[in-house]
Amino acid sequence: MASVAHGMGHSVKRKEDARFIRGQGHYIDDIKLPGMLYLDIVRSPYAHAKIKAIHAEKALAIPGVLAVVTGKDLEKYGLAWMPTLMSDKQMVLPIDTVLYQSQEVAAVLATERYLAADGVAAVEVEYEPLPVVVDPKKALQPNAPVLRQDREQKNNHIWHWEVGDKAKTEKAFREAEVKVSQDIYIPRIHVASIETCGCIAQWNPVESHLTLYMTTQAPHAIRTVVALVAGHLGLAEHKIRVISPDIGGGFGGKVPVYPGYVVAVAASVLTGAPVKWIEDRMENIQADSFARDYHITAEVAAKKDGTVTALRAKTIADHGAFDAAANPSKFPAGLFSICTGSYDFKSAFAEVDGVYTNKPPGGIAYRCSFRVTEASYMIERMADILAHDLGMDPAEFRMKNFIRPEAFPYTSPLGWTYDSGNYQAALKKAMERIGYAALRKEQAEKRKRGELMGIGISSFTEIVGAGPSHTFDILGLKMFDSAEIRVHPTGKVVARFGTKSQGQGHETTYAQIIAHELGIPEDDIAVEEGDTDTAPYGLGTYASRSTPVAGAAGAMAARKIRDKARKIAAHLLEASESDLEWERGKFFVKGSPNRAKTIQEIAFAAYTNHPQGLEAGLEAVSYYDPPNLTFPFGSYICVVDLDKGTGVVKVRRFVAVDDCGNIINPMIVEGQIHGGLTMGLAPALYEEITYDDDGNIRGGSFMDYLLPTAMETPRWELDKTVTPSPHHPLGAKGVGESATVGAPAAIANAVVDALWHLGVRHIDIPITPWKVWKALRDRGVTE
Amino acid sequence: MASRVAVTVNGAAKTADVEPRLLLVHLLREVLGLTGTHIGCDTSNCGACTVLLDGRPVKSCTMFAVQADGREVMTVEGLAKDGQLHPIQEGFHEKHGLQCGFCTPGMMMTATALLQRNPNPTEDEIRWGISGNLCRCTGYVNIVEAVKYAAEKLRSTPAGAGGRS
Repeated sequence: MASVAHGMGHSVKRKEDARFIRGQGHYIDDIKLPGMLYLDIVRSPYAHAKIKAIHAEKALAIPGVLAVVTGKDLEKYGLAWMPTLMSDKQMVLPIDTVLYQSQEVAAVLATERYLAADGVAAVEVEYEPLPVVVDPKKALQPNAPVLRQDREQKNNHIWHWEVGDKAKTEKAFREAEVKVSQDIYIPRIHVASIETCGCIAQWNPVESHLTLYMTTQAPHAIRTVVALVAGHLGLAEHKIRVISPDIGGGFGGKVPVYPGYVVAVAASVLTGAPVKWIEDRMENIQADSFARDYHITAEVAAKKDGTVTALRAKTIADHGAFDAAANPSKFPAGLFSICTGSYDFKSAFAEVDGVYTNKPPGGIAYRCSFRVTEASYMIERMADILAHDLGMDPAEFRMKNFIRPEAFPYTSPLGWTYDSGNYQAALKKAMERIGYAALRKEQAEKRKRGELMGIGISSFTEIVGAGPSHTFDILGLKMFDSAEIRVHPTGKVVARFGTKSQGQGHETTYAQIIAHELGIPEDDIAVEEGDTDTAPYGLGTYASRSTPVAGAAGAMAARKIRDKARKIAAHLLEASESDLEWERGKFFVKGSPNRAKTIQEIAFAAYTNHPQGLEAGLEAVSYYDPPNLTFPFGSYICVVDLDKGTGVVKVRRFVAVDDCGNIINPMIVEGQIHGGLTMGLAPALYEEITYDDDGNIRGGSFMDYLLPTAMETPRWELDKTVTPSPHHPLGAKGVGESATVGAPAAIANAVVDALWHLGVRHIDIPITPWKVWKALRDRGVTE
Repeated sequence: MASRVAVTVNGAAKTADVEPRLLLVHLLREVLGLTGTHIGCDTSNCGACTVLLDGRPVKSCTMFAVQADGREVMTVEGLAKDGQLHPIQEGFHEKHGLQCGFCTPGMMMTATALLQRNPNPTEDEIRWGISGNLCRCTGYVNIVEAVKYAAEKLRSTPAGAGGRS
């Protein structure tokens, strides 16, 4: 069967599956280089301690253990600290103090993986424990121990950020007929992609060339960072090649630079041998970038009829020991300012204070575009609390307060211009799909019988596709993205992008974009990413930016190719360019459809018979700077049943209506939503990382950090509305994180809805059986 | 103090001299070069390393290579025969049962064993059967569909053909 160009809107089966289903994926730990050494890391058992001495003798006595690297060794090369993306700095290896449990203390280099682990076990470190601060509110008290002695500022406050019209908001609250306030804690969680992080650094001393194989979502940015951080050691950007192989899930956890990467590079430069570092699961959860840890006080002002007027939010953000959140540089609190959500607030004011504690650094790595889950969860919880307080149905409350469809483009009181939306349509569809009225009736009947059933809604607005260069940069690098398309003489295509798939299926969806624009079959298009020597510069894949930014670049590059193809077709058809019409895959002379040249014929001519005055070849590059962000949205409705005896929450049904604009591949979009919903369920009911007063991590392995299995995960029910983005070349918006953002509030709202009549206003996530049982017992409902 | 281990891997006899502490997963990946079997945790929870040992699924990060001495191991690389995909592989592709692909080999091995025990599982039985394997990408919906696809295909194939004619 001849290949066809499917283009947008088709559930094309994935090209990348062929290798993965045969066990022939090419992940970091599958790569083995001749003479490769292994790096393993000694980690701190203490959350805060002085390092008095590191004794390496016993480790070095093990045959095969080559070196034990400490912070003092790295200091000689100016590498003991590294800059973070947020104008802070972070220890690579400590010189004299550790600031969180499982922090890297020293690194062991050995000829074999097991020997490196033996070496780690044999390194003896003398610590002097120091006072530990785990509560960010206590960290702000005047008598708190100052954790970051390296800073001039002698307290634990990192920064204050605020947005909105404070005076107008305060006035609205003074004049409000109704007010609600709620403390909301959004706990620390971890992405825990099934593949952990790792790298292989391969230094070639003769060429002064570094090849860095690395589990990174942003290979180009990493190359620049390595050149900037290690330039003084002779690493220059034209001699650094970052290769990001197949990645076993990223979700933001593979954006940051972790100390292990830096030590591996240093070890390769010092030894001249390739050095592999692969973290294990406990290292991954205990030390890699976390997400959230936001302590929010939220307030909403409204009229008696339920019309919202103002929103106020004050947050303490626990950033751990270093501010290493991978936010765009001008956004220390990410895009939290999307917190007015889907509602037409007239005024709003939000402020966030970043705080140091004795915990690992991070903040935003959990399949979420820069703090959007925190914002969305907060406003959707507040919407339910206010609706319940007023005795309004939460659906009716939302319908009343939604931004009207005709109001788009809509400028929010916190400064974002939403591109397009129809929130009423999405909620209406979700209500019809789940049978909302009948469920409310069932709930009322069950309540009479003492049974606990809840219905929760979340009508979220996402903000993705960072971002326009006037606002968005990371370390000064503007957040454009790129595509390069090369059409070969036989009409086959190699296309390269500045992003990096971690499971999103770019090899298929990007091919569909090009097929859509050029009429070349997807089967004839090879998509490549993740090699900085070949792909054009881009900022990478995170924050749902691949389709909004790199996908747009792909469309724009294809259109450049079509423009050139028109000139070549005019030459071949001896017609003027203006007399030609494009029909997917060919140009033909207006009125004479038989006088046509296919894109393949044109491609051949581009190399064999190009018109005089035009350059040969058929290639194009686009660096796409988006004019705005995109604003996907959706309405989710969740039904839960609560077991009074055990407090167990059972998600009976979950309907998700998503709107991500025009869809490239419905199958892949549904898969993204399934996965996102499951990563919304996870923090709502199961996942949490906490610390005891000594800073010992609780939840540091898969034994007690509970990823949902197939048993906990419900059968998600999906539907959609389509409201194209007016500014994206394909009308697409991005979808990878919508469900993660939207789902937690739907579940939490459902649980509280089941308990509201008993006087329960709020339960912080994860809503464990114990919390539900305690709420019931405290109210005498269960024993 | 190396120990000689003799295993049949995907039908081929293999011997290696290994440390007694070498994990089965490292024998497969590092010594035999079969990197389709992955490692996702260190506590036997994630199942990315699942292989079949004498036809039963085991987590190969939780066994020493020497414990597999004299036994038959089947890995993801052994699913396809003569270039023909196993129905479970077809199912994962057709039903979009994989995204990043990292849990996929272990998930397919577990599902293959499940279908050998229970050729016509209900959705609940599939979900219970794969609950020792974690997936972070798919939300399991399409994995369940992939297993159903394979079950149907295997049932409609003559017995003994193993799904491949």
